[in-house]
Amino acid sequence: MTSPEGWIKRSDEAGSTVLLVGGDWRIDEMATLSRAVERALPSSGSGDLRVDARGLTSIDSAGAWLLFKITQLAGQRGYKAEIKGLDPDFETLIERATQAAERFTGQTTAPPVNPIIRELNQIGKAVFDVFGKVVELISFLGLTVTSIAFGLIRPWRVQIRATIRQVELTGLNALPIVGLLAFLIGVVIAFMGAVQLKKFGAELYTVDLVGVAVLRELGVLFAAILVAGRSGSAFTAQIGTMKVNQEVDAMQTIGLNPVDVLVLPRILALMVSLPLLTIYADLVGLAGGAVICATVLDISTSAFITQLATAIDPSTFWIGMMKAPVFAFVIAVIGCYEGFKVSGSAESVGQRTTTSVVESIFLVIGIDAAFAIALSYLGI
Amino acid sequence: MTQDAIIQVRGLINQFGQQRIHDDLDLDVERGEVLGVVGGSGTGKSVLLRTIVGLNRPRAGSIRVFGEEMSGLTGEDLKRFLRRWGVLFQDGALFSSLTVAQNIQIAMNEHTTVPPQLRDEITRLKIDMVGLPLEAGSKYPSELSGGMRKRAGLARALAVDPEIVFLDEPTAGLDPIGAAAFDQLILDLKQSLGLTVFMVTHDLDSLITVTDRIAVLVDKKAKVGTVESLMRDNDPWIREYFHGPRGRAAVAASHKAH
Repeated sequence: MTSPEGWIKRSDEAGSTVLLVGGDWRIDEMATLSRAVERALPSSGSGDLRVDARGLTSIDSAGAWLLFKITQLAGQRGYKAEIKGLDPDFETLIERATQAAERFTGQTTAPPVNPIIRELNQIGKAVFDVFGKVVELISFLGLTVTSIAFGLIRPWRVQIRATIRQVELTGLNALPIVGLLAFLIGVVIAFMGAVQLKKFGAELYTVDLVGVAVLRELGVLFAAILVAGRSGSAFTAQIGTMKVNQEVDAMQTIGLNPVDVLVLPRILALMVSLPLLTIYADLVGLAGGAVICATVLDISTSAFITQLATAIDPSTFWIGMMKAPVFAFVIAVIGCYEGFKVSGSAESVGQRTTTSVVESIFLVIGIDAAFAIALSYLGI
Repeated sequence: MTQDAIIQVRGLINQFGQQRIHDDLDLDVERGEVLGVVGGSGTGKSVLLRTIVGLNRPRAGSIRVFGEEMSGLTGEDLKRFLRRWGVLFQDGALFSSLTVAQNIQIAMNEHTTVPPQLRDEITRLKIDMVGLPLEAGSKYPSELSGGMRKRAGLARALAVDPEIVFLDEPTAGLDPIGAAAFDQLILDLKQSLGLTVFMVTHDLDSLITVTDRIAVLVDKKAKVGTVESLMRDNDPWIREYFHGPRGRAAVAASHKAH
């Protein structure tokens, strides 16, 4: 579509200032037109100013606004301005712009805030948010514990299908990635041990190192971190999306308790699947160590097993296993809690999912450290 | 069929899996008219809209908008096209991470070079045009009610003064007063901006008040006419639609108003 460009010219007549406008006044030409208006309009003056609009071929709402602005600016600069010769078809648009401008004067946009005050404000808000979050998390914990308690009293009320489905999603489907990771961890530790211990001629103790590290700490830790990333995030996203779709509201109106329906199956499922994943990760991790011992250190697999049996106390295995349900509980509670905190938008789902993963991994490692300190005081 | 058709659909076929939605569908939209599109659930009203605006690739058929064939347009040519129409989706489809004002400005920044101050003023004008209070501009979509989101969506669709607007059920989910106000708004804007409006709707009142012509999707084709001519139509669905209790009430109300 080729169209005549918009233009504005000053052409004074006796006694009054006249601005001739014409062509297309459309949004595509606003950049040039607004500059042209600045040039054509005198910076101050008095008397009548006439905007002669007979030359206008077309106009859109942006053009109408600019045309109206000429009269507004001229008014501010001391003129008595008026638009003449306007095509009646264009009048409604100018009227709209005029009315809009009148309404604007009554309303104000928020005044800018001092940046220092804004920063202080944000810091204060962040501090209060942390406290608020702790309180909320504790109350959510209370809700889930009550729900678990009721589940124990009336086990037939627990959504067993949903729970089994979640075990499949969080446990069975995680086997390949957990296995691969655990194997590599075993390999890395065995290599490290082999290189360092060889200096003392104590290669055999590589087996002890792999056994203790994998069984006591790393098997469960890496399984938990993977589950937090895989399943904790999924919990948040699922529940969050349901929240956005008002599914959670719908449940409540039917009389279903969202904690019973959504949270309980997930917590129970994770408390089943993470310990199982931990056993699996322990076995595969040891296998990884055994492979390196056999290939690099010439420790045969049977020798590896014999040495492992003398080096490792059953308690080492149980210390690792003991942490699994605790981690599972924390990951599931955080994942579900963040899901329920989703509000309104798609952006919020993303934000909450990120928060959920970061928090649960942080807590898993923090609790692991607490276990290590507590156990060392107990001398185990 | 006139020369002045701004949108010209010929032989359109849309099919999902085994299910044929449109079969050899023809439709003309004339410049400056409001065309209402109605049809039962699953007759492909929204699919038709999506196909015309290029969100859905038809299996066969030609779609000419502004006299140019749509399929095969790419890059800059397509962009020049997109600038000339606006789409209002069902729930507004505002970008949730941007404020209403930023939502409106996004098309302006993409297609035009308006100086910042003027751009802000035009944004405020658009917000006022669709009947939103000025402070709505700095709000995020999640802070608005459904009706306000629709208005904001319309403001975004109108951001660069398009020639055609596509409205997907603009009054669905609004209260009757809000819906009537929206109808009036569309009429007003059509009058003052010379818009061509393609409106998918279920709302009989809005259909009778706003539209110049109506396209009914039946038997995978479009049957076009005015309210009067369609009321005389013999197709069972069309009869049911216009002569059912709701249809009668809406027609009677519009007669009373005139």
